[in-house]
Amino acid sequence: MIQWLKNLFAAHSDHERIRARPGETLARQLALVIDLNVCVGCHACVTSCKQWNTSGSAGPLADENPYGIGPTGTFFNRVQTFEAGTYPQTETIHFPKSCLHCEDPPCVPVCPTGASYKRREDGIVLVDHDKCIGCKYCAWACPYGAREIDEERQVMTKCTLCVDRIHDQALPPEDRKPACVKACPTSARLFGDIKDPDSEVSRAIRERGGYALMPEWETSPANKYLPRRQTPVAGGLSTPNRTITPEGRMER
Amino acid sequence: MFRALSSEPIHDPLAAPDPAADCEVRTTTCYMCACRCGIRVHLRDGQIRYIDGNPNHPLNRGVICAKGSSGIMKQLSPARLTQPLLRKDGAERGAAEFEAISWDRAFEILTERLGRIRATDPRKFAFFTGRDQMQALTGLFARQFGTPNYAAHGGFCSVNMAAGMIYSIGGSFWEFGGPDLDRARLFVMIGTAEDHHSNPLKIAISRFRRKGGRFISINPVRTGYSAIADEWIPIRPGTDGALFMALLHELILSGRVDHAFLKRFTNAPQLVVLDDGPRQGLFAFDPDHAAPGSREPHSPLVWDRVSGRVLPAFPEGIAERSDPALLGNYTLADGTRAAPAFQLLRDRVAECSPAWAEAITGIAADRIRALAGELAEAAFEQAFELPIAWTDAWGRLHPTTQARPVAFHAMRGLAAHSNGFQTVRALAVLMSVLGTIDAPGGFRHKAPYPRPIAPDYRALNDPDMIRPDTPLDAAPLGFPASPEDLAVNPDGSPIRIDHAFSWEHPLSVHGLMHNVITNAVRGDPYRIDTLLLFMANMAWNSTPNTSAVREMLNRREADGQFAIPFIVVCDAFQSETVAFADLVLPDTTYLERHDVMGMLDRPISEFDGPADSVRIPVLPPTGQCKPFQEMLIELASRLKFPAFTTADGKRKFKDYPDFIVNFQPSPGAGFLMGWRGKDGTQGLRGEPNPNQWEMYRQNDCVFHHTLPENMQFMRNWNRPYLDFAKDAGWTPKNDPVQLALYSDTLQRFRLAAQGRTDGRRPPAVLRERIAKYFDPLPFWHRPLEDAAIDTAAFPLNAVTQRPMAMYHSWDSQNAWLRQIHSHNYLHVNPVTARAAGIGDGVWCWVESPWGRVRCMARHTEAVEPGTVWTWNAIGKADGAWRLAPGADESSKGFLLNHLITEELPADLPSGRISNSDPVTGQAGWYDVRVRIRPAAPDEARETSPRTATLPAVPGTETIVRRVIAYMAGERR
Amino acid sequence: MNPAMSVVLFTTLAGAAQGLVVAVAALAFGGALDDPAYATSSLAVAEFLLVAGLAASFGHLGRPERAWRAVLMWRTSWLSREVIVVPAMIGLVGVWWWAARNGQAPLILPLTGIVLAAMLWYCTAMIYACLRFIEEWAHPLTLVNFTLSGLSSGWVLATAIAASIRAGDIAALTTPVALVLTIAACIARLAARRRNAALNPRSTLQSATGIMAPSLRQISMGMSAGAFNTREFFHGVAPLVLRNIGRMSIVFGFLVPAILLALALPTQSRALQVLALVIQIPGLIADRWYFFAQARHPQNLYYQVVS
Ligand SMILES: Nc1nc2c(c(=O)[nH]1)N[C@H]1C(S)=C(S)[C@@H](COP(=O)(O)OP(=O)(O)OC[C@H]3O[C@@H](n4cnc5c(=O)[nH]c(N)nc54)[C@H](O)[C@@H]3O)O[C@H]1N2
Ligand SMILES: Nc1nc2c(c(=O)[nH]1)N[C@H]1C(S)=C(S)[C@@H](COP(=O)(O)OP(=O)(O)OC[C@H]3O[C@@H](n4cnc5c(=O)[nH]c(N)nc54)[C@H](O)[C@@H]3O)O[C@H]1N2
Ligand code: SF4
Ligand code: SF4
Ligand code: SF4
Ligand code: SF4
Ligand code: SF4
Ligand SMILES: [Mo]
Repeated sequence: MIQWLKNLFAAHSDHERIRARPGETLARQLALVIDLNVCVGCHACVTSCKQWNTSGSAGPLADENPYGIGPTGTFFNRVQTFEAGTYPQTETIHFPKSCLHCEDPPCVPVCPTGASYKRREDGIVLVDHDKCIGCKYCAWACPYGAREIDEERQVMTKCTLCVDRIHDQALPPEDRKPACVKACPTSARLFGDIKDPDSEVSRAIRERGGYALMPEWETSPANKYLPRRQTPVAGGLSTPNRTITPEGRMER
Repeated sequence: MFRALSSEPIHDPLAAPDPAADCEVRTTTCYMCACRCGIRVHLRDGQIRYIDGNPNHPLNRGVICAKGSSGIMKQLSPARLTQPLLRKDGAERGAAEFEAISWDRAFEILTERLGRIRATDPRKFAFFTGRDQMQALTGLFARQFGTPNYAAHGGFCSVNMAAGMIYSIGGSFWEFGGPDLDRARLFVMIGTAEDHHSNPLKIAISRFRRKGGRFISINPVRTGYSAIADEWIPIRPGTDGALFMALLHELILSGRVDHAFLKRFTNAPQLVVLDDGPRQGLFAFDPDHAAPGSREPHSPLVWDRVSGRVLPAFPEGIAERSDPALLGNYTLADGTRAAPAFQLLRDRVAECSPAWAEAITGIAADRIRALAGELAEAAFEQAFELPIAWTDAWGRLHPTTQARPVAFHAMRGLAAHSNGFQTVRALAVLMSVLGTIDAPGGFRHKAPYPRPIAPDYRALNDPDMIRPDTPLDAAPLGFPASPEDLAVNPDGSPIRIDHAFSWEHPLSVHGLMHNVITNAVRGDPYRIDTLLLFMANMAWNSTPNTSAVREMLNRREADGQFAIPFIVVCDAFQSETVAFADLVLPDTTYLERHDVMGMLDRPISEFDGPADSVRIPVLPPTGQCKPFQEMLIELASRLKFPAFTTADGKRKFKDYPDFIVNFQPSPGAGFLMGWRGKDGTQGLRGEPNPNQWEMYRQNDCVFHHTLPENMQFMRNWNRPYLDFAKDAGWTPKNDPVQLALYSDTLQRFRLAAQGRTDGRRPPAVLRERIAKYFDPLPFWHRPLEDAAIDTAAFPLNAVTQRPMAMYHSWDSQNAWLRQIHSHNYLHVNPVTARAAGIGDGVWCWVESPWGRVRCMARHTEAVEPGTVWTWNAIGKADGAWRLAPGADESSKGFLLNHLITEELPADLPSGRISNSDPVTGQAGWYDVRVRIRPAAPDEARETSPRTATLPAVPGTETIVRRVIAYMAGERR
Repeated sequence: MNPAMSVVLFTTLAGAAQGLVVAVAALAFGGALDDPAYATSSLAVAEFLLVAGLAASFGHLGRPERAWRAVLMWRTSWLSREVIVVPAMIGLVGVWWWAARNGQAPLILPLTGIVLAAMLWYCTAMIYACLRFIEEWAHPLTLVNFTLSGLSSGWVLATAIAASIRAGDIAALTTPVALVLTIAACIARLAARRRNAALNPRSTLQSATGIMAPSLRQISMGMSAGAFNTREFFHGVAPLVLRNIGRMSIVFGFLVPAILLALALPTQSRALQVLALVIQIPGLIADRWYFFAQARHPQNLYYQVVS
């Protein structure tokens, strides 16, 4: 009974609160910034994510028909390819996509169990798979398709921003980065606190015109994307690639 | 208990999923592909939890790729072979009906059979290897056995790149050199999709882009790296030679070349004999002067514009006061007419105008002119000097190092065409006139390159060198410098089963693995008994003409005997080729064995100095798997090869690690150059060090010797470096390596063909061919296949791309990677597709003169309309790799190889000749021409051809797993 | 979206039950409920439908054993709120039935019944209407549809029950109301469908990727054989089939029942009144299926092409 009250108190005493309140403004917001200017679509971020997380706190991540017809499994990160323009003015753009850790995540309030939550400490949006009932409602509530149910465990899964790496004091500091960030051969994946104006990510967003996906829904994704740039002459300055990012784009 | 009801999480995401587990990290070298990055394998309770890049490794500096990140699933593959297998008697090859046997039995069979062959006719043992990088050992084995019939995969891979550049500048792209993107301003990437240097190139390109370097990609297709190029220049396949010739035309005729460089560091000023006769087209020489670096007995000559007379090229020609002429026509003292090589080059390119090239390449003449301008701009206007003083071969001190910040890179887009050698030659000459050879910001060598032109490795050149029970006293492979170096019989016929080093492909320095099966089955030039294939999928994606080759592997003679009596396959997985073996030897995976990537084979050297590396097992072998190296050592010992046997006839080496430490081809030199000497204090050379492996283990499995700055550039002519390289034993000479804009080596073969020299002559039927293609100056010619077919009926070129997340056939068994590419499409430009009436995503037929496949089409604007392409090696045989019957790979995926021929008609005795580059024997994969049409509505919606479902062979996993949920070391 | 049968069934059946409860309550207030047999059997049917619906909804859960957790987040989640109201509704109907059986049901019961039914419609509809980027749903019409379709089916059901237990006078009262509600529900659905058909989604491939090129296509979704994202959000039904299902659901869910009810007005034919129900149920299920299928989720922009 005493313990029960203690917990009651503890669970709500602010300094112990893990979960961010709806609309609460956070001091830190960790995020990825994806540089489309150098991403070559190698999928290193896809499988490095898979291998880290399947044996990690969010795992295991099941694979159905691994050696059969229609192999399909749980991944937190996908690399897609888009094509702009017509031959010969064709641009091929590789486009990695994982959870954007929205600052106003529509996926969280809809969750009936509280399994979906946003961490107050660093803004990471997580699923507590010990609570999740697999109703999939949060996935419906994510405009970006960033959530995948694990068909084996029947709980919702998503990018954890490698929360079990980045805060792991047992790891050497230089390793406290998401698996995909460490893997990326082109360093197209920057990781850091977008609330800290001097962080690498904040600077990149400022200086390189980082933008958000589907701004129309005001989910204010924490992850941002850096647009293509073009160097017209050797030794010259690189400028936004006009064929795929017309004027005005950069001001977003 | 309340927390469970509160909105606070109950699962702690930071808690280790398996707190009790014991975890450790071991370093080794990745082998999910041949790039050989350093990795850290994280184990939890002995199972792999995670593999990441080793931050201390010179190649990948901590990054890792999609394949490397999927090593767990390779280790867990259900297709792993775990026992030696013997084909059930009566079973057809290809049916994959095997019985498991013991290693003792396997070795008995091999020792008996190989012993008999070696004692009678060693040629009857043929040993060919695929994507491996242990040719130092396999080559030694073949040589000790005494058979000439040995080669690795290079002949069907990129030998045109290697030979074309090594015979021109003494080094090459591929693992031997590359673009210095840290200092380049302009990067021109030609015909490259993923490259061998996978991760390092990605690191370099992205850094280069960030710095604002300009990146141009020349490729019929825009994928991967090309996607992030500032400009994509589509080109018709097989036409790059014309582009390079036109660029040379623009640069040379307008004088935008590095004159000083050409005069001092290339053979451009050397006088070529113009008069008819045995020396026509060779360099004139002065009998009284020896010529460092040249294969000639005497020094070549130059015309000195200062003194207005002929001088020996060395040393007078390069002396301070003299000024060798690059242009003009001159008469020597003895009245011989001669002209500087550069004059001849100029005459050659004079005809090759941009307009001419436009008609061939499809690139607008103006764009070609502009490109030439960009190259010159970058090479000369953007040029800068590094404050690094260096001394050249003739003792002149250069106070600074001149940068030429225009870097090229090219791979199989050039190499995999039958005109690839001369195309690559043209590129090498283009780079040379821009002075961007081993210069900062340009092409950079990797030790042991540069090597002399041609490198001093002579292969066997005489049938009498092959004697029972005796090793060859020459290597099976080498670099021919003259017809005398060819492996031909007195009548000019090939000595080797693959016809390598014969008049058909004289400079086939990597052999012609792609013709071995066809030739062997035909008994051309003779029958063999045993074919040993290692790490090569010759019954599927590694051979052209796959359907026919599969039939040949199972072909029987009138007497019911197999045309190839005995086939041994060493593989780690149940590949398509395993099904055709009589004896299957189960190899370990890269995580289970020792390996060496050393100077005697293909080291991992960087621009700044030599590096070699090793693999050290992080896991025990699975089942009865045995490292192939151990098999070779065992066999070599049982067969009592001299190098593997002590004076008193006993076994010399305990095992592979023991062999690596103690075997010395020459005193002080070994497979590994790191930590030599008894106490491991000597680098590069020194006596064996018993603790060498331990030293490598403690040092991330890599030894990297960084050269002093003054030895890092201009190494063709860098005196300290040349001496250093000679001492290190990488090259027998320390002479400068003058760039061969003009190749007198090629001219020597041509003279023989023209009958101007006494000595070896090609058979009559091949003379014209040799005379044409052994042109000492680069030129563009149509791919050979075009002459054999009706190009109008087959208007399209079909090529493949390396998918970044797949390594050839290796990864369809990989549960993670196959989800990214479980099947492939034919990518077609919408204009082309619509013209053929083929909609996006629909089934269509692709037909070449040699075969046809049915597949699905995908419309894309990122391909030149005359080209169609697909991802390489995604399609699989049904049931191979332990994939379920009807798996995507075999029902929807397809293989382009069915459309490609390994041979073309020719008036040789056999009536056939390899469909390869006439100089190097490089397989002309990308020459294939096709036409496309929609599949009929009533046709099956599945790929064609399909193969009969293969059964699981003993030792592979037979239970079909519906789900895997991998968690290293189980969670409780 | 790819309609989940469990959800389709739950919302339709519960909707009908709610409508039935409202009908019975209305009769109670109208003092027209002198036949206890009618009240008990109707409430029994309502209870059965609610429980059946709830059971069906469990089928949608990956971890039904944890379903109880779903009541916890009522502060923010409409789904959670629904999960609270449903049992309340079930409880109330139970009590009411028990009271009715003992012949004295205080008016507070029907009153609560109406309130709970309304709340449940609101919660259920808001589960969909609150997803602002699913524009087909994020509209007041969603609430109107759920409510009117529920009322319609409920009153048709009330009529059918009356008919089947020969409570002719009650049927005479409910038939016209059912007719009016069915027509109203039909109009509301048609209005919603017209609106959805006319929608042009705010999210485009350009806004989804930030690549502002006029001609932008996906070349690869990044995997070969699909994923949760392709299974959950694409129904994979051919456009023609989809259109036909849409049409049929209007015809059988509303038009035919309405006609049958209209014919039943003068004749009071019990056969017609029961037939109306029999035909409407599958019609409404199809209409609810169509409600989900018609919704285009913006995530679908990311999952267009395999290659
Ligand atoms: N991920 C991965 N990496 C690999 C491999 C793998 O299988 N997977 N394989 C390894 C091996 S063995 C090799 S040899 C290397 C090969 O490395 P690459 O040479 O990069 O590989 P390819 O896919 O052959 O690339 C050929 C490119 O040339 C283009 N091309 C074809 N014909 C022409 C032409 O006539 N002109 C021009 N300009 N371009 C042309 C094609 O469109 C394609 O983009 O990759 C190595 N690395
Ligand atoms: N159409 C077309 N065909 C091509 C090409 C192309 O671009 N287009 N590329 C050509 C080129 S460049 C090359 S290099 C060849 C590649 O051809 P290969 O190297 O011959 O074929 P791979 O598919 O790379 O692998 C050969 C075998 O190696 C086995 N293997 C993998 N790991 C191990 C191991 O650790 N031990 C052992 N013993 N075996 C192992 C695999 O199971 C497989 O059966 O393909 C060629 N074929
Ligand atoms: S790893 Fe980096 S380069 Fe490769 S796909 Fe992911 S983001 Fe792009
Ligand atoms: S991307 Fe989707 S899942 Fe991630 S926070 Fe935003 S809404 Fe939620
Ligand atoms: S699936 Fe799990 S996380 Fe998502 S809403 Fe339902 S309970 Fe919450
Ligand atoms: S941050 Fe971690 S979880 Fe998220 S995509 Fe990268 S690797 Fe996967
Ligand atoms: S490129 Fe990838 S697969 Fe190849 S060695 Fe490096 S990490 Fe391994
Ligand atoms: Mo290759």
